[in-house]
Amino acid sequence: MGKFKMHLLVCGGTGCHASESEKLLKNLQEIVTTKELQNEVQVIATGCFGFCEKGPIVKVMPDNTFYTEVKPTDAEEIINEHVIKGRKVARLLYTDPENKAQIADSKHMGFYKKQLRIALRNCGFIDPENIDEYISRDGYEALAKCLTEYSPQDTIDVIKKSGLRGRGGGGFPTGMKWEITSKSKSDIKYVVCNADEGDPGAFMDRSILEGDPHTIIEAMAICGYSIGSSNGLVYIRAEYPLAINRLQTAINQAREYGLLGKNIFGTNFNFDIELRYGAGAFVCGEETALIHSMEGNRGEPTLKPPFPSVSGYFKQPTNVNNVETLANIPVIINKGADWFNKIGTPKSPGTKVFALAGKINNVGLIEVPMGTTLREVIYEIGGGIKDGKKFKAVQTGGPSGGCLTNKHLETPIDFDTLIAAGSMMGSGGMIVMDEDDCMVSVAKFYLDFTVEESCGKCAPCRIGNKRLHEILDKITNGNGTVEDIDNLRNLAIVIKDTALCGLGQTSPNPVLSTIDNFHDEYMQHVIDKKCIAGQCKSLMKYEIIAENCIGCTACARNCPVNAIAGERKAVHTIDQAICIKCGACYEKCKFNAIVIK
Amino acid sequence: MSTVKSLADLRKIKDNLQSKMDLREKSNSPDSLIQIKVAMATCGIASGAKQIMEYFIDELDKRKIRAVITQTGCMGYCFAEPTLEITKPGQEPIVFGYVDQKKASEIIEKYIINDELVEGIIPKNYETIKK
Repeated sequence: MGKFKMHLLVCGGTGCHASESEKLLKNLQEIVTTKELQNEVQVIATGCFGFCEKGPIVKVMPDNTFYTEVKPTDAEEIINEHVIKGRKVARLLYTDPENKAQIADSKHMGFYKKQLRIALRNCGFIDPENIDEYISRDGYEALAKCLTEYSPQDTIDVIKKSGLRGRGGGGFPTGMKWEITSKSKSDIKYVVCNADEGDPGAFMDRSILEGDPHTIIEAMAICGYSIGSSNGLVYIRAEYPLAINRLQTAINQAREYGLLGKNIFGTNFNFDIELRYGAGAFVCGEETALIHSMEGNRGEPTLKPPFPSVSGYFKQPTNVNNVETLANIPVIINKGADWFNKIGTPKSPGTKVFALAGKINNVGLIEVPMGTTLREVIYEIGGGIKDGKKFKAVQTGGPSGGCLTNKHLETPIDFDTLIAAGSMMGSGGMIVMDEDDCMVSVAKFYLDFTVEESCGKCAPCRIGNKRLHEILDKITNGNGTVEDIDNLRNLAIVIKDTALCGLGQTSPNPVLSTIDNFHDEYMQHVIDKKCIAGQCKSLMKYEIIAENCIGCTACARNCPVNAIAGERKAVHTIDQAICIKCGACYEKCKFNAIVIK
Repeated sequence: MSTVKSLADLRKIKDNLQSKMDLREKSNSPDSLIQIKVAMATCGIASGAKQIMEYFIDELDKRKIRAVITQTGCMGYCFAEPTLEITKPGQEPIVFGYVDQKKASEIIEKYIINDELVEGIIPKNYETIKK
């Protein structure tokens, strides 16, 4: 085999898949073959690069050129210009939104500069469907090390010393969880990987499974060895077909190599993994509900204790870890606990993956050391707010989290600081909001979600959240009173204190944090009956300013309900009784004659 | 592929793939490695730059010298093709002209390994705009 002089890495994550990266990959491969370059140039599909905003991504190695928004038809130009003639295709390079300079090397992009990739180390670098590429990046060495050099307790001690905390939301120390499960006496124990990623906007677990499935297999086997289990189960939502596919391929490859199965690495340790599919219920991300769902029962939580570590899947000791947590394990074993606990903050060592979404320039997946400030994440990595608008709030932790505002921008992010600020880490979704977002509506949006996803087992969550939603609905419709705000707060606190599981205990967080941080905005809704963001339709109306209207009829022609009357070249008027507040006239008017009041 | 029974088996797989993955690993830290740019415009290719590039890739791999070898456009020294530019970490780039296979092995032997200069260096006659 000759030596490749160039690698073309094409993003094969779900985001880029949706923008035809598969076709692009095929085109590139075909052209490489027709030009007889197949012995010099290798085209590889990889996992997510994280820069989903500008997908599909093609990265050319070894010169590290980073092409964005590449269409299948661009394949020919990349091959002809870059591969054959060595000239970069300028129009496909990334343009910095700040200074409009084109950046060829991903190392110099603001998006990647501040990032430190541990969990995502192989995403966008290796072919996820090739076990050899994972092995060449020290894959399965951590497992070999544990099985041949460490006792189960040694392994647990390394993880404990590293200070790794669960990345699924709660931040429970992983080593401690392993230790509790290892001490539970039973013939059968289970290792469960929680891949039921339910937070709206979060997709780090999916990306890890799609981009680096072997790391999860290796970590589960290490966990199995340390707690004394030979049964691994991955609970994954059926909505993640690509992740399921790649994980299954990876499991098959690992079995072929004997890295799963009997007598792994010639020792008497046996371990294998099976998949269990979830139907995509948010509550099934909660350990006990997840276990019930796997048993074939309704996905409802039960009271803890007993913790799954003591009595879990079919009443056997079960260790449940999230995907991102597991992705850190092999690196910690290879590089040592002391390497890991120096990264991040003393109480939350390591890094965290965040899914940036909302009104931000660089939507995508990022991994930063704990302790990075919100400002660095939003402005330096995220590239700031879209269309130069003003930052208003960032929602972290999904439906269980809260909103953080301007005053929190300098807060270093870790598990404890976010809770102190009235939000939480959650699984790492970060939704950025600008001046056009109404915070009451945001709270209502999350309540919509929790009301829908509540399993209904306990009254505070089933009934309480519904009532919260009704009050919010009343406020956004312009019928709210000052007492409603107090009621919201009181009810929210009661739900937090009395709900059965994590879902109910955290679901009022968006309401409480928006009341705390945006009290004025609530007051405007109930007293002035105004929504300054212009999102609550019942609280606003469109009006025509007579001086600016030249009578072009553009608004009247575009009104879907014929609410606008007026002759040509004469001032138009809007009949408020008919107007449905769709905003079509506002969009069409070229003379700033229509205003929102 | 037989099964993996030991760390040695794992390392064997890793070594087999080393040269292939190395291309990607190296590009993560290009500034700490020797960078070789081969001018591969029409003039360069016509005078055999492609073979020279392959020669460098093979030779350096054989000698286990870690370097990033990329192709680039015309450097403007069309009279002296094939040309290549070598940047050692922390040093100024040096351009070599008229590089045939013999010259190439001389460059590897003398400049890359022993840091001696070889005949055929083309003096830099321009400034590049810094970005």
